[in-house]
Amino acid sequence: MLALFEILPRIGVLPRDHFPPISETLATLVEQLGEGSFWEAVYNTLQGWALGLGIAAVLAIPIGIVIGSSGLLYRATRVVIEFLRPIPSVALIPLAILIYGTGLKSKVFLATFASFWQLLVATLYGVQDVDPVATDTARSFGFSRIQRLFRVTLPGAIPYIATGVRIASAVSLILTVTAELVIGSAGLGRSINIARSGGNEELMYALILSTGILGLLLNTVLVRVERRLLHWHPSHRPGMESA
Amino acid sequence: MLKVDHLGKTYGEGDTAVEAIGDLEFEVREKEFVCIVGPSGCGKTTLLKCISGLLAPSRGEVRLHDQRIDGPPERMALVFQEYGRSLYPWMSVRQNVAFPLRRKRHAKREAAELVERAVESVDLTGFLERYPWELSGGMQQRVAIARALAYQPEIMLMDEPFASVDAQTRADLEDLILEVRRQYGVTVVFVTHDIDESVYLGDRIVVLTPAPTQVQEMLDVELPDPRDQLETKELPEFTRLRAHVYRSIKRRGQAADREAVSEERPAAVGS
Amino acid sequence: MTARRRRWLAAGLEVTVPILVLVAWGLWSAGSNNYYYPPLTDILSTFADTWLFERVGSDVVPSLMRMGLGYGIAVLVGIGLGLLLGQSPRARRAAAPIVEFLRAIPPPALLPFAILVIGVDDSMKVFIIAFVCLWPILLNTIDGVTGIDPTLRETTRMYGIEGRERLWRVMLPAASPQIFAGMRTSLSLALILMVISEMVASTNGIGYFVLQSQRTFALPEMWSGILLLGILGYALNGAFVLIERRVLRWHRGAHASALS
Repeated sequence: MLALFEILPRIGVLPRDHFPPISETLATLVEQLGEGSFWEAVYNTLQGWALGLGIAAVLAIPIGIVIGSSGLLYRATRVVIEFLRPIPSVALIPLAILIYGTGLKSKVFLATFASFWQLLVATLYGVQDVDPVATDTARSFGFSRIQRLFRVTLPGAIPYIATGVRIASAVSLILTVTAELVIGSAGLGRSINIARSGGNEELMYALILSTGILGLLLNTVLVRVERRLLHWHPSHRPGMESA
Repeated sequence: MLKVDHLGKTYGEGDTAVEAIGDLEFEVREKEFVCIVGPSGCGKTTLLKCISGLLAPSRGEVRLHDQRIDGPPERMALVFQEYGRSLYPWMSVRQNVAFPLRRKRHAKREAAELVERAVESVDLTGFLERYPWELSGGMQQRVAIARALAYQPEIMLMDEPFASVDAQTRADLEDLILEVRRQYGVTVVFVTHDIDESVYLGDRIVVLTPAPTQVQEMLDVELPDPRDQLETKELPEFTRLRAHVYRSIKRRGQAADREAVSEERPAAVGS
Repeated sequence: MTARRRRWLAAGLEVTVPILVLVAWGLWSAGSNNYYYPPLTDILSTFADTWLFERVGSDVVPSLMRMGLGYGIAVLVGIGLGLLLGQSPRARRAAAPIVEFLRAIPPPALLPFAILVIGVDDSMKVFIIAFVCLWPILLNTIDGVTGIDPTLRETTRMYGIEGRERLWRVMLPAASPQIFAGMRTSLSLALILMVISEMVASTNGIGYFVLQSQRTFALPEMWSGILLLGILGYALNGAFVLIERRVLRWHRGAHASALS
């Protein structure tokens, strides 16, 4: 398949100026690795991603735990959450521009907003999905509510939260790059746009590729971390992979 | 009518090869009710899958009316043990029973009649529009049986169909299958691990050895028809037969164990 | 507190809390002179003026049409291709590298590419929406088909049901819970991409309107647009859930009884 993308532009089936042969794109990519501006852009993007994900986690997980463990609180807030959740975070881009300008802050605002909902829902789900037999057993042993929370509910919810983190991470990256693209904050998204409007297709494709690779790397890192931290959990034990 | 001819089935290759079926040979005559019994892990399910054409044998063949079976034949139906997973959950009882009939191109009215008749013979007429998940386990198995009946097969294979229901329901279903067999005149090959059931239902019993499976013994069951859960089971002949079958299975089982221990060969692990 | 009382309290909270939130917002913003957060009442009246029928034709309809077209294409191609790939391990293996590569491209990075190659008209937007929405549906459909219970497969084979019959009446229904899950994800993606593509390269549409309003500092209009998008997201999701619930009634029943 790679061969296709190499040959077709060269023989003119795909218009050369829109689809440079992949070898040229890869060459440009390698070239970029030596450029300071490239790494600066990567750093900016990572910064937005990390802050977005981090702030979202710090807010969403505790709130999710609290709401999830109280039936009343959940019923009370459910409608509000269901209404706010589907608001596409990109709809807030103009708002972000207004309030935070075009720099890091608006990027982080958008990434946080989007990641927050993913994590909140995942945490809620995880806390609520706890096995009632387990909590009942704990209750019959005289554990208090807080103790039950920490010893039974939370360990059970952790895999859901971990999956939520992975999804929120992808969302955070997407929103970060989107903000860079649309608003023009510094980062890979902006660099891609600049490359396109400057007619530099090889650079544009090279940057798009790097963004994709970045996303894959981040995901792989998270999966590894999750595996390491949760190796004790039944869902991660070998041999339980069926079903 | 059905001939199992030196059937053999080996799973896997080389060191990890498992010989499920060694060499099986037996015949089933028309309209017979043949029960196949054996200890756990003796390849009963594998046998049925080979007979039904779902699995290709490694050696030998199965013939129906002297024609080799190499795919599910049209005149044959198989009732699975896991009834819950073999009924289509998005279809109602009526739709489930009618579904296989599409292959046979009946006229609409004819098909509808077949469906209703089959459902009536399993006593589920009021439940035609219900969905499988709304029914109990025994009822679901009855739907699976009705589906097989409406299909009008010549020969019906049943893979421990009543193993997953409670004892009361099992007794009812056993009587049901006898009644249905009388009404429809189908030949039945019935696999079970329940010795009592095999004697109660069968005209003939085929006892299998543990893996690699062969025919241990074949017995004719000379109990009066119609069978009755109370009367038939009180007959001395019934007791004699079941003891015979029990001993037959046990004996071979013990011999196999003794061989295994003395030769330090890995014993056939029961499932 | 008795169970009964608790249930009443919960129901009551469920209704009153959102209303309280709205009222609080209204009160807080009414007195504010903050330029960025106009009074709620202003926003609502602007909403009525703008969206209740004046701009429906010029902005809402184009937006929805682009979204609908892109989403529709993704659904058809995703399910169709997914059903085919789901049945053939060989095809899956052959397609895997392409699929993995294409799907890993982050959506926003695709925008410049699409603008370059296709331009800034409607077809670019439809393309982007369709392309990104394709993957969740495709992958979920494949999962749905490969995950069909083996006993169900054997039953189907045993009764000699094959070909188109098997595809429409067994595989598609069996995979439908998974397919719907994918469609639901894609639905929210469709909305997001519609908005972004309109903000970046469009001369009409809801997304365009919101950004324009911000640029021309028409704050109440901007907020009204955001509000509309929120309502749209909520309504689309709600409609989807309703449809899903009807179509998959059998699944909920089967699932519930399997768990109990």
